[in-house]
Amino acid sequence: MEIIKTETHFDFVKLMKPAVILSVAVIVIGIASLILHGGPNYGIDFAGGSLIQIKFQEEPNADKIRSALKPAGFEGSIIQKFGPKEVIVRTAESGADPKGLTSRVDEALTAAFGKGAYEVRRIEVVGPKVGKDLTKKAILAIIFSWIGILIYVGVRFEFRYALGGIIALVHDVLITITFLSVFDKEFDLNIVAALLTIIGYSINDTIVIFDRIRENTRKNIKMSLFDCINVSVNQTLSRTILTSLTVFMVLVVLFTFGGAVIHDFTFALLVGTVAGVYSTVFIASPIVLLFEKIKPSGMKKRK
Amino acid sequence: MFKSIRIRAALTIVICLAALVYLAPTLTSDLLPEIWKNYLPTDRIHLGLDLQGGMHLVLEVETAKAVESTLERTVGDLKENLMDKRIRFKLRERTKEKNVSFEFPDAASRDAFDKILKDEYPDLETATSEMVEGRGVVSLKIKDKRAVEIKKLAVEQSLETIRNRVDQFGISEPEIIPQGADRIIVQLPGVKDPARAKNLIGRTALLEFKLVDEEHSLDDALKGNVPEGDIVAYESRLDRTSGRRSQNPILLKNKSLLSGDALENAKVQIGDRFGEPHVSIKFNAQGAKDFDRITGENVKKRLAIVLDGTVHSAPVIQERISGGQAQITGSFTMEEATDLAIVLRAGALPAPVTILEERTVGPSLGQDSIDKGTWASIIAGILVFLFMVFYYRWTGLIADVALAMNMLLLLGIMVLFKATLTLPGIAGIALTIGMAVDANVLINERIREELRLGKTPRAAIEAGYTKAFLTIFDSNVTTLVAALFLFGFGTGPVKGFAVTLTIGIVVSMFTAIVVTRIIFDYFVWNRKIQTISI
Repeated sequence: MEIIKTETHFDFVKLMKPAVILSVAVIVIGIASLILHGGPNYGIDFAGGSLIQIKFQEEPNADKIRSALKPAGFEGSIIQKFGPKEVIVRTAESGADPKGLTSRVDEALTAAFGKGAYEVRRIEVVGPKVGKDLTKKAILAIIFSWIGILIYVGVRFEFRYALGGIIALVHDVLITITFLSVFDKEFDLNIVAALLTIIGYSINDTIVIFDRIRENTRKNIKMSLFDCINVSVNQTLSRTILTSLTVFMVLVVLFTFGGAVIHDFTFALLVGTVAGVYSTVFIASPIVLLFEKIKPSGMKKRK
Repeated sequence: MFKSIRIRAALTIVICLAALVYLAPTLTSDLLPEIWKNYLPTDRIHLGLDLQGGMHLVLEVETAKAVESTLERTVGDLKENLMDKRIRFKLRERTKEKNVSFEFPDAASRDAFDKILKDEYPDLETATSEMVEGRGVVSLKIKDKRAVEIKKLAVEQSLETIRNRVDQFGISEPEIIPQGADRIIVQLPGVKDPARAKNLIGRTALLEFKLVDEEHSLDDALKGNVPEGDIVAYESRLDRTSGRRSQNPILLKNKSLLSGDALENAKVQIGDRFGEPHVSIKFNAQGAKDFDRITGENVKKRLAIVLDGTVHSAPVIQERISGGQAQITGSFTMEEATDLAIVLRAGALPAPVTILEERTVGPSLGQDSIDKGTWASIIAGILVFLFMVFYYRWTGLIADVALAMNMLLLLGIMVLFKATLTLPGIAGIALTIGMAVDANVLINERIREELRLGKTPRAAIEAGYTKAFLTIFDSNVTTLVAALFLFGFGTGPVKGFAVTLTIGIVVSMFTAIVVTRIIFDYFVWNRKIQTISI
């Protein structure tokens, strides 16, 4: 079967302006959300602190847990539900006395709930030094991957294409961060991994269209870049939808069945994948077009 | 060679079989026959800590303290040397930078000091030198080059010591790796008692023997007048009836007469009277001689056994002990005694160690993650499989075959390279399923286009593959760039994700371009199919 039977002739280029406006609007919402929340919701990987995942035999009551942990000194801790009968306790202290932390929690919980009524499933303690280290590394990784891709695309195509690609990537990262902030998801190492994956996936997408544009501009010397882009997007539409569909399918399954530990990770990937396709079609190409108005592309002459 | 279908097909089948062979141990657990174990790989796929459960620690060796203690020891030696040679000096109070300052009453002493410093103490040098009220004041420090050496040595020794301790603790397949200039990563898969393991690894375990100062007043010292060369320490005593621990102050002479490195062995033994465990230590030859001398010179005085600054016990020396053996008692539980013995045997850490990061995953969560991850991937895989057949019909089936091969090769390569599978890694495998299809889609769409233009199946396939190749190459290379940065940046689970993604992309390029081509070619050239169902 075919979703798209014959060559389609949508005028994508016309839709670019409203699309860009939509993107900008979403990003503005994101910035507002970030300001409202006082910055991104940093997980312990970046802010430092401790995280304890506890599974209870009976569905736990957050208040009961909080009062149980108070004598152990967990006043300012955040308690979040993390799947059925499971809870995550997060505090800012990372243990000048790390061995003390675990046993204090154990004592407090045993006192309140009884020995077998709970199970500590996971503990993560990140000292402030490491937290700062990881934050730096994360930002560098994202920036350097942008630069690396910029160079590669610039070499294989033209600089304007590289620029278009990069702006699309930055767009994707911003959109993903917007959604994460609006839904108050935590920023941890996994999220950064998701962002890098989104970058990789989005540029993958973008290059497929650029490749088509390159082929068409060489084949049809008389056609304007405007029309070339339109034709290229239409030609690759089938493939774009298909691949996005399969990836989206997989992510939805992972999101639903993958469990709580990678839940936020898959959420970020879901948002990013959609943003990636969107940016490929509506953001990357307008940039190229913009440059065309300033200075015509040298692509046609190259052979 | 690449034109012939037979050779291409044969090569592919060989590669697939190889992958199966590598994967077999993981899939069949203990059912492999004996012959297999002799000639063929038996490694199962290596699971990350988030899947098998275990503890991950990042330790920092406080190398500055190692330099400090070396300085203290050397200066102590220098002091005794000066006193022996009857050179007059006075020790000044510690300056802000904690350097030791010597004050000399006259030029002669100062000159003698300088000579001794140059001749006998190559590691020390003067940090500052000034005249105060006509007297020379000199502060000393360790030479920079030597300080760097000490720091490096401290990290190496720490690594060695921690390895020894972990060894004796009995973890299978621990990983203890240095990171950067002064950090150590410790991974303990399957550890049952993480708190105990942390304690074992993190304690400095410096054992020292010091004399108790019974001449000076303890109360005076507690008020702040600590006599020269003394130190106030605390003895931790457990009240057997109430179960409470009390800290009792005790005045010791600071000089360490003997330390833990003079030990040859340490064992746990059960005492006769109360059946309580204590640690029995045995000195090495030199240590035994020293112990003999010390006990001989100080009969009827109290000798304190100090561990990491805390006094464990301070028994009276009844008589000279020449056997080179002693006991460390002090209300231990069996566990505490065992751990102390381990730590004394393995040796003290040259510098204190701080735990910068800890991540512990319990085994139940690990198993949970494996289950959920595997299930989700299988469901996703089936969905994509069905979709491909539904959308592309027979060609879709070919793509599915390539996909299956993809998974096989991906997992096989992971076993081959001993790559670690983590939970995000499983997500990465699922993602690869979704993305691997892309190359096939590109090729198939191209072929459809060519067919629409009126080309014959053969020509369409040829054109489709050729035109699609460059696109596939370009797009995958850029994804690889991102994956590479992910690998460099990530630790643990994230690294696992980068690895599966990278291998997945490379393998998918291979299966899409080479493998599906074989199948296409077979049908078009050998079976001479006239139309393709696509």
